[in-house]
Amino acid sequence: MEYLLKNGYVVDPANKIDCERKDIAIKDGKIVESVDESRAKVIDVKDMLVMPGGVDLHSHIAGSKVNIGRLFRPEDHYKDYEVKSGVKRSGVGHSVPSVFTTGYRYAILGYTTVFEPATPPLKTVHTHDELNDIPIVDKACFPLFGNNWFVMEYIRDGKLEECAAYIAWLMRSIRGYAIKVVDPGGVEAWKWGGTVQDFDQEVPRFGITPREIVRGLVKVNKMLGLPHPIHVHANQLGVPGNYKTTLRTLDAVKDLAAGDKPVIHLTHVQFNAYGGVDYLSISSRADAIADYVNKNQHVTIDIGQVIFGDTTTMTADGPFEYKLFTLLRGKWANADVEVETGAGVVPITYSRSNYVHAVMWCIGLELALLINDPWRVFITTDHPNGGPFTEYPRVFSWLMSKKARDRVLKRLPRLARARTNLKDIDREYTFYELAISTRAATAKILGLSNKGHLGVGADADIAVYNINPKEVNPSVDYKLVRQAFSRAYLTMKDGEIVVKDGEIVAAPVGRTYWVNTKAPKDVEDVVIPEVQKLFEDYYTVRFENYYIPESYLACSAPIEPLEPAG
Amino acid sequence: MAELKLKIKAQPPTPIEGEVLTPDNLAGRSVNEILNLETWRGNRRVKLSELFTVEGESASNPSDLHIILEGDLRKVRHIGARMSAGKITINGPVGTFVGFEMSGGTIVVNGDADAFLGMGMSGGVIEVNGNAGDAVGSGYWGTRCGMRGGLIVVKGNVGAELGCWMKDGTIKVGGNADVFAGVRMQGGTIFVAGDAGAKLGAAMTNGKIVVLGNVPNILPSFHIDEIRPNTKVDGDKIQGPFYVFYGDITEGGNGKLFISVGKNPHLKYREAYIL
Repeated sequence: MEYLLKNGYVVDPANKIDCERKDIAIKDGKIVESVDESRAKVIDVKDMLVMPGGVDLHSHIAGSKVNIGRLFRPEDHYKDYEVKSGVKRSGVGHSVPSVFTTGYRYAILGYTTVFEPATPPLKTVHTHDELNDIPIVDKACFPLFGNNWFVMEYIRDGKLEECAAYIAWLMRSIRGYAIKVVDPGGVEAWKWGGTVQDFDQEVPRFGITPREIVRGLVKVNKMLGLPHPIHVHANQLGVPGNYKTTLRTLDAVKDLAAGDKPVIHLTHVQFNAYGGVDYLSISSRADAIADYVNKNQHVTIDIGQVIFGDTTTMTADGPFEYKLFTLLRGKWANADVEVETGAGVVPITYSRSNYVHAVMWCIGLELALLINDPWRVFITTDHPNGGPFTEYPRVFSWLMSKKARDRVLKRLPRLARARTNLKDIDREYTFYELAISTRAATAKILGLSNKGHLGVGADADIAVYNINPKEVNPSVDYKLVRQAFSRAYLTMKDGEIVVKDGEIVAAPVGRTYWVNTKAPKDVEDVVIPEVQKLFEDYYTVRFENYYIPESYLACSAPIEPLEPAG
Repeated sequence: MAELKLKIKAQPPTPIEGEVLTPDNLAGRSVNEILNLETWRGNRRVKLSELFTVEGESASNPSDLHIILEGDLRKVRHIGARMSAGKITINGPVGTFVGFEMSGGTIVVNGDADAFLGMGMSGGVIEVNGNAGDAVGSGYWGTRCGMRGGLIVVKGNVGAELGCWMKDGTIKVGGNADVFAGVRMQGGTIFVAGDAGAKLGAAMTNGKIVVLGNVPNILPSFHIDEIRPNTKVDGDKIQGPFYVFYGDITEGGNGKLFISVGKNPHLKYREAYIL
């Protein structure tokens, strides 16, 4: 099928196109130079905003902890449901929507690629089951390695090659995409009743510090040539004064950077940018983090914005969820994943009048606004930890309009306004910067060359929003921005129209990306039997059953590593 | 008050959603418009005309509208859901979730009501001239807040978990209550004229439960406080004497149980612990 999108204002930062009136030609799911106008279906998108499909690199959409969130929050479901239609399945869920609903809602926002950022390797079969059922969007999952026994022991013994071989074997066995590190060492310490308070404190029983884990995994990541840098959820998340740990984490891998290429992606930094000593004196140190990111090229971050309202926090950081439970005394679920990782789930309601929540809200926006280079700061809500992804348009309007921010800001506690810097920031995002931060840059950092731009040869993932970027002034008409981004006028996925006027019209199957990692054969030949032996001791599944065949994925899309292993 | 009479045609094979049957929805509509309203029967959208016959006339204002439902409504649920004004009279047995999240108005059930009566309600009055099922005045599954206001009166017996997570308002039961009455209660008042089942007030943190009849035992996590000659429920004086217990201390709670002394001689041993 051939399409021609005519007369739209195209914003395509990867190709340096800023609001130019331009036609987009699509053929066989790819963007092409031109199509035969007599045969192609011409869609007039006059004066509308045309962007590449959104790319979300951090959104908890599938896997066992998401499912725990669904199971123990029936009250999250009954007020927000989707009725089945011709192409749509029914579904429920506000902060943890069911799988099909997740795909539809992302498509309606104009997002076409979404990555699940944390899957325990042992439970990745389940993650893939759910990813298979998420329609429309392309997706992948990041296995967790920050508390893995094998990884910690290999790095402690200085056996980086062996560690790389283990990760390579695991990554391709379970069809993972990138190395995710959650609270390195801290989750494992907590499972034994201990804690890791500091970046340089030894993990009890393992004789290794978080610093060594992070550094080791950055090196391994380079050896394996994975397309995405290591994806780190730093230690001390949610603890007042934790910005120091965050800066130490970033600084620890500075010397491992080569050129401008980032080697570490620090995720939902909003939760890791607190000053103060306790929750009464908590304050924003987003300025310190932003300053570091502005001065150093080896790091990218995403913000993890908080949205006021009801949501469910879920993370592989079991100790943090326990801490949250002791504060809130509500529901709490904890999951231990054998020798690999842990996880916890706690519902939360972020409230405007709560001083701590108000400070958190300010920090997320400060990070996005104080970091000058939009290619290195991405907009997320760490769905569903900060808020559901369906609230992204609200975040966009806050970033694009000081007036919109001030409207919320003036309703926050006075002390929260005083201890954050948001009130003094005048910067407002342009459509161009927004497109970088939500599409071009995220696709680039994920190593997806076909995504996030509208150049010839790219996947025809396109979002058209019913807003005229030349006439609308987002800083005043922020409500129009929010409305336009909430319901895409048109979303195309691989050259197929999936959303028309905010309604789902087709629900094709999306790809699942994974990286076909390899390590030198002689090392793997030694490592795999070694792992197998420990497997028999520690695991509840057989070694042979760990492997997920490629045929298990609904639409498998393997990616070759960037450079040969070595 | 304008009266609108809806009679169910036949017992349907699958459940019907009755959310549409509230004065708020039907006020200001002609009988024809009402017949054309849609609702769910099982997984199908059907018109009300397929399910009910409608007589009478509607009012322009919900508070002036009196809806009378006739027939066997055991398969109809969510009647009066989220209503804010007006009156509904149900002549016959009715299904689950009557008065779900209602905030005002009156519902009278001349028959038995099924489970989840007045779930999440915040105001208004529900009167049942029969028995009611489990979890009367509770909250939606998973929420930590049950009934927040209003009055529920059940003339007959009620099922288990009466007033679960209840926060405010009053529930009066003319007959007996099954086990776990007032479980996790956080406020409000429950009055049971008959007997109550075991585990009365388990994990309650606040509120008041008055039982005139027999209770099998009081949880050991309740302390006895005193014996009082009488107490008050919604301003009405209730003649005792009552054992007064407070708890549930496992939750650090300060709920109060008023248990009839005369009907519970087996609790006499607790009197020794009155300080």
